[in-house]
Amino acid sequence: MSEERSENPTPILDSRTRDTLHPPAEPPPGTSAEIRRSVLGMNLLVSFLSVVLALVIGGVLIVISSPEVLSAAFYFFDRPADTFSAIWQTLSSAYSALFQGAIVNLSALSEGDLARAFYPMSESITIASPLIVAGLAVAIPFRAGLFNIGAQGQMTFAAIGGGYVGFALALPAGLHLAASVIMAMVFGAVWAGIAGFLKARTGAHEVITTIMLNYIALYLLSWVLNQDWFQREGRNDPISPILPDTSVFPNLFGLSLRVHAGFLVALVAVGVMWWILNRTTLGFRINTVGANASAARTAGMNVGRTWIVAMLLGGAMAGLAVTMNVNGTDKVVTAGVVGAIGFDAITVALLGRASPFGVLWAGLLFGALRAGGLTMQAQTGTPIDIVLVLQALIVLFIAAPALVRAVFRIRGGSSEAMSLAKGWNG
Amino acid sequence: MQLQLRGMTKSFGDLVANDDISVTIEAGQIHALLGENGAGKSTLMNILYGLLRPDSGEILVDGSPVAFGSPADAIKVGIGMVHQHFMLVPVFTVAQNVELGDERVGPLGFLRTSEAEEAVREVSQRFGLEVDPAAIVEDLPVGIQQRVEIIKALTRDASCLILDEPTAVLTPQETDELLAIIRGLRDSGKSIVLITHKLREVREAADVITVIRRGRVVATAIPPSTSETELAALMVGREVSLTVDRGTSSPEAQTLQVRGLTVYDAADRVVVDDVSFDVRAGEILCIAGVQGNGQTELVEAIMGLQDRVVGEIHVGGTVTSHPETRRMLALGVGYVPEDREEDGLVSTFSLAQNLVLDTISTSRWSRYGIVDYARIDAGARELLAQFDVRARDAYVTAGTLSGGNKQKVVLARELSRDLTVLIAAQPTRGLDVGSIEFVHRRLIEVRDSGVAVLIVSTELDEVCALADRILVMYQGRVAGIVGRDSPRDDLGMLMAGVVPA
Ligand SMILES: Nc1ncnc2c1ncn2[C@@H]1O[C@H](COP(=O)(O)OP(=O)(O)OP(=O)(O)O)[C@@H](O)[C@H]1O
Ligand SMILES: [Mg+2]
Repeated sequence: MSEERSENPTPILDSRTRDTLHPPAEPPPGTSAEIRRSVLGMNLLVSFLSVVLALVIGGVLIVISSPEVLSAAFYFFDRPADTFSAIWQTLSSAYSALFQGAIVNLSALSEGDLARAFYPMSESITIASPLIVAGLAVAIPFRAGLFNIGAQGQMTFAAIGGGYVGFALALPAGLHLAASVIMAMVFGAVWAGIAGFLKARTGAHEVITTIMLNYIALYLLSWVLNQDWFQREGRNDPISPILPDTSVFPNLFGLSLRVHAGFLVALVAVGVMWWILNRTTLGFRINTVGANASAARTAGMNVGRTWIVAMLLGGAMAGLAVTMNVNGTDKVVTAGVVGAIGFDAITVALLGRASPFGVLWAGLLFGALRAGGLTMQAQTGTPIDIVLVLQALIVLFIAAPALVRAVFRIRGGSSEAMSLAKGWNG
Repeated sequence: MQLQLRGMTKSFGDLVANDDISVTIEAGQIHALLGENGAGKSTLMNILYGLLRPDSGEILVDGSPVAFGSPADAIKVGIGMVHQHFMLVPVFTVAQNVELGDERVGPLGFLRTSEAEEAVREVSQRFGLEVDPAAIVEDLPVGIQQRVEIIKALTRDASCLILDEPTAVLTPQETDELLAIIRGLRDSGKSIVLITHKLREVREAADVITVIRRGRVVATAIPPSTSETELAALMVGREVSLTVDRGTSSPEAQTLQVRGLTVYDAADRVVVDDVSFDVRAGEILCIAGVQGNGQTELVEAIMGLQDRVVGEIHVGGTVTSHPETRRMLALGVGYVPEDREEDGLVSTFSLAQNLVLDTISTSRWSRYGIVDYARIDAGARELLAQFDVRARDAYVTAGTLSGGNKQKVVLARELSRDLTVLIAAQPTRGLDVGSIEFVHRRLIEVRDSGVAVLIVSTELDEVCALADRILVMYQGRVAGIVGRDSPRDDLGMLMAGVVPA
C-alpha cells in the first residue's frame, strides 16, 4: 500500500507536478535592496489585506469563468436576479469547497467520521511542511541581505545525500532517520555554502550562482538516479529504492491520514530559527549585515563570513525541507521529489516577511490553498489553476504595498517618502 | 510671498514633536530657526514642504489657507527645500539634475538639454550662483553641489527657500559664500528659512530668529540685540559655556603610533601619502584640514576599513600592518565614523540594539553567543539618559531620531566602552550648542582618564578648543604638526598647503 503510493506520488496536484525546469526569472539587478526594504518594512496588515484582495479578485475570475453565470448572464436583462444568484451559487460553492478541502470536511464531521473529516487538514499540513521549512531556507539568507533563489537546488542535492543514507544504510530506527535527515541538511548546507562562499570571496551575485547551482543539482540527481548504487534494482526508470521504516517519519494519526512527524520537526525548525535570529549574537550579526552592511563592517563584523553562515543555515533548512518528502510523504527519491517547492519557498518567504513565524503562517496558507484547490476542482469544476492565480496575486500585492494601501485607503505611505527625502539632518 | 504656519501640532506616538507652533515667514526676510537637537525644526519644515501631514494647524500663503498632500503641491505654490543630503544624481550634469522631474522634451520625446542649460545659466546669472551647467555633479565640491540644489529650487520659481542645516558640511569659505548667496536671494524678495546650529551664522545672516524648544516656540529674537550667549541660553534653557574648560594635559606613553601610512583609492590614486604621527595616552591630537584632504581615508585605514593600505599601526604594544576592524575594536579603539547614517547606525534597529552594535559579542552583553537583552535594555536606558538623547524610549528605531540625536547615540556607544584609543571623526557635526558643550567635556574627561584621543574636525573652532596638538593635512600629506597655541592664521595657511614662515 505504501509502495504504491510512493511510486505514484500523490493524488494531489501540488507544487511538485509543475515544471521544475523553469525557475522564475531573475530579478533585475539593483532592485534587491528595494525589495528587501519593502518586504521587511511591510506591516502585518498589508500581508493580510493582500490575501483578502487576492481572494476577491480570484472570486471575480471564478465567477466570469463559470458556465452557469455565463448562461444566466445571457438573459440578464430579463431576469437579473438569476445572474446574481448564479454568481452567489458559484462563489459560495467554490470557496466553501476550497475551505472544506483545506480545513475540515463538514459533512464527514457531522457524521462523526473523524478520519475523513480531518483528511483535508492533514493534506494541507502535509503539503505545508516542506514549504514552511523551505521558506526558512529563503528567509534566513534574506535577513542577511541575500536572495537565495537556490532552495530548489539545495533540496535536490540534499535529496541525494539524505536519500542515500535513508535507503542504503541499515541502522536502528530513530538513529537511521536522524542520520538521513542530518545528511540531507549537510548536503543542503554545502550546496548553499558554495554560493555563499563565492559571494563572500569573489562578489559573485548569489542570484546567478544559486540559479546555476539549481541546474547542476537537477542534472546531478537525474544522473545519480541512473547509477547502479542509487537506482532501485530491477527498474529502468529513475527511481531509488524505498526507504525502510527505520528512516521514515512516523505518521501522526495512523495510515489513513498522511500527516507525519516531519511537521513537528518543521515547527521546531521555525522555533529554532526564530531563536537564532532574535536571541543570539549570530542572529544579531545576520540582521545587521542585511540591514546595513557598511555599519556592520564598521562595527567589526565580518560581512563575508556572515553571508556564508547565513547561506549554510538556509541550505541546512532546504535540506531539512526535502526530508519532509523523501523521509515522509514519498519514502523514495525520484526526479520529481522536490517538485517546485524550492521556488514556491521564495513566495512563502516573501509573504512571511522573512520572519520564521511569518513563514510558518504563509506556508500553512499555501498548503491549505493547494489542498483546498483540489477539492474545489473536483467538487465544483473550478480549475485548480485559480489557486496558482491566487498565489501569484498575493505575491503581486505584497510586492506593491502602496497599491494595497491605496485600495484600502490606509495611511502610512508618507513615512516612506519621508525616509527617502530626509538626509543628513535626520 | 508671506508664509504663515498657524497652530502646527504633530505627534509621533506620544512624543509631541511640534506643539502648537505659529511662525510667520515674511517675504524678503531670512528667518532662522534655532533649537536644540530634537526640538522639532526639521519636522516643522517637513510639514511646510508637504512631506509630513500635521495633526492640526494650518498653512497660509499670503493669507489664504493651503493644504499640501505632497512636496509637489508645495513646489507648486513656490516653496523649495534644500536637504542636507543632496538629492542629486552624481553621474548627471548640473543641467540634467536641474531638469530632473521637470524635463523639457522636444517633439519626439527627446530631452532638450540645451534649454535646461540655458535655464541654469539664466538663474545662476540672475542670482550670482556661479556654476557650469555642463559639469558632472560628482566632480563638484560639496559647496557647489549645494548650489545646484538651490538653483534647482529657483528654476522652479521658488519664492520661499528652506535650508535645513546647509552649512554642516561646508568649509568656512563655502559657508561665507552660501551666506552671501542667501542674502542676495533675500534682497531679490525671496523668503528664506535657515536652520542651523551655528550661532555665528545666525547672527550674521538672520533678520528674525525663532527659537524652538521641545516642540514649542519659546522666543523670537532680532539678532543685533541678542548675543550668542543669550541665544544659546534661550535654546537650551540654561546657561551654556561656549568655551571648554580643558585643564592641562599630562600625556604619558605613546599609545597610537602611525608610521608611513599610505592609502590608495579604487582608482589607484594616492589619497593618504606617507603619514606618520603619534598620539600619547592622555592627550588629544586633532587632525585639521579642509574636507577631502585625506582625513576620512586616514582614520578609515587605521580602523581597517580601507582596502589598500601600506604602513604600520601600533596600538599599545601591538603592531599591525593590516589592521582588522574587529581587532582594533578589541584592542580598545573606539571609533566614531564621519557618516553616522551610513556607517554608524542601523536605522531599522532600535536604539538599544544600536548602542551595542560593536560590543554585542563581549561578555557584557552575551554569553556563549546568546544575547542578554534584559541587560542591553537596562544599559541603553542609562546611556540614553546620560547623553540626553531625546527619544520616546530605547525601542524606537534609530531612523526616527533627529539628526543630532543620532550623533549622540553613536557617541554614547563609543564613549562608554573600555578605551585605550578614541578616534572620532566630526564628533559634533549637527549637534546643538548645549550638546557640543557636553560632548567636548566628555572628550576631555576621556583624555584625562588616560586615553589617546584622535579627533578629525573641519571646524577650526573645535580644533582650537580641544586639541593639545594639531596635525594639519593637505592633499593627503601632513602639512605640519603644531602646538595648540599656534596662531589661527598659521593654521589657515597650513590648511591651504602653504608653510608659514
Ligand atoms: N518619523 C518619526 N517617528 C517618530 N519620531 C520622530 C519621527 N520624526 C521625528 N521624530 C521625533 O520628533 C522629534 C523632533 O525631530 P526633528 O527631526 O524635527 O528635530 P530637529 O529639531 O530637526 O533636531 P536636529 O537639530 O537634531 O536635527 C525628535 O525627538 C524625533 O525623535
Ligand atoms: Mg533636524
